[in-house]
Amino acid sequence: MIETLLDILSWILLLSGSFFCLTGALGLLRFPDFFTRTHATGITDTMGAGLILIGLMLQASNWIVFAKLIIITLFSFMAATTACHAMSKAAIKSGLKPQIKDHPGRDSEEQPSKL
Amino acid sequence: MGDLFAVVMLSGIYSLLSAALFLDLHAVDVAFTEASVGAGISTLLFLATLKLVPRYDKKSRYKPTLATGALLIYGTLDMPHFGKADAPVHEHVAPRYLNESMEEIGVPNVVTSVLASYRGFDTLGETLVIFTAGIGVMSLLRISRQAKEESKSKTPADMQQQVILRVVAKMMIPLILIFALYVQFHGDYGPGGGFQAGVIFAAGIILYTMLFGLSTAQKIFNRKVLELFTAIGVFLYASVGFACLFMGGNFLDYSVLRHDPVHGQHLGILLVELGVGITVASVMMTIFFKFTWRTVKHKYNQ
Repeated sequence: MIETLLDILSWILLLSGSFFCLTGALGLLRFPDFFTRTHATGITDTMGAGLILIGLMLQASNWIVFAKLIIITLFSFMAATTACHAMSKAAIKSGLKPQIKDHPGRDSEEQPSKL
Repeated sequence: MGDLFAVVMLSGIYSLLSAALFLDLHAVDVAFTEASVGAGISTLLFLATLKLVPRYDKKSRYKPTLATGALLIYGTLDMPHFGKADAPVHEHVAPRYLNESMEEIGVPNVVTSVLASYRGFDTLGETLVIFTAGIGVMSLLRISRQAKEESKSKTPADMQQQVILRVVAKMMIPLILIFALYVQFHGDYGPGGGFQAGVIFAAGIILYTMLFGLSTAQKIFNRKVLELFTAIGVFLYASVGFACLFMGGNFLDYSVLRHDPVHGQHLGILLVELGVGITVASVMMTIFFKFTWRTVKHKYNQ
């Protein structure tokens, strides 16, 4: 009973992790500018890999595998998010501006630029 | 392709992909080496070089033609098929290594026993190659006293604002160094060994250097100490070989080091891998430090 529940839960986690990996890859290809693309790769590294690793943890046969997976998860979480942050900050510093579409409702003085 | 930055990135990606390929072929040690050396530290050293040279290549007259590629593909036609059991590689000495390694060497990881014991002489040569590369960089890129004086500032200015990066790196660097030591001393039992461990250790220190400044890092890893350690690693390796000679065996035949041959092999492999690790780590750090000093000098001279 418990094992079936664990299996179902781990499959849900694995599949949703794969979904996030897929959306991350799609975003990397389709998003318009550098910052949004960085966001997409960040999703792949945190949500995608993280959910898959947690799903694998539920399948772990013994404690040592479980502990190793926890360490890998923590490490990849910290490394990936920090890398995204550092890249975006470096991009801002070197003068890259995020591409922002003007909302008609907000800056009422400025006319939205025609793209 | 004229953009050298893109070339460096592509070569890093190529290394990472081939590491995945090696992993798929169950060559975990090779994959590990490829990932840490090829994708990790060489990309880093290439980037450090790119700070010294212009980013775009000059137009070269040479263009790789289709003929070169066709010839290369033609060259592979004679090779044995992928995964063929009676390929020459699997027939010569490999069966003996695989069958007798556990009795003769007693190390669970066959790759380590082949690398450090059966083919110990080759590995000595590889370590000497790395040593020579380090010596070459040391003699080509001298550090002037002027550059040293002018770069006294503790932290690189553009890194002082990277608070998150610094905090996370402070948490990660001890883990990286511990992992390097694990890879070094666990190489007999699992994938790993001196080369990978040295590179990982050097990567941890290089990360520290990038975030907290060259002068801070060089308080611990002094230039002279590093140069000394570069030689100590090779010396340790070679002296294990000579110790075997003096104790009545062949050069690098560790069985004579102890009364029990297997214990002797264990001791020999441990010492030899340590020598490789010391040399690789100190050469990588030296090369990076030299390049960085050079960059600092350029910055202040302009």
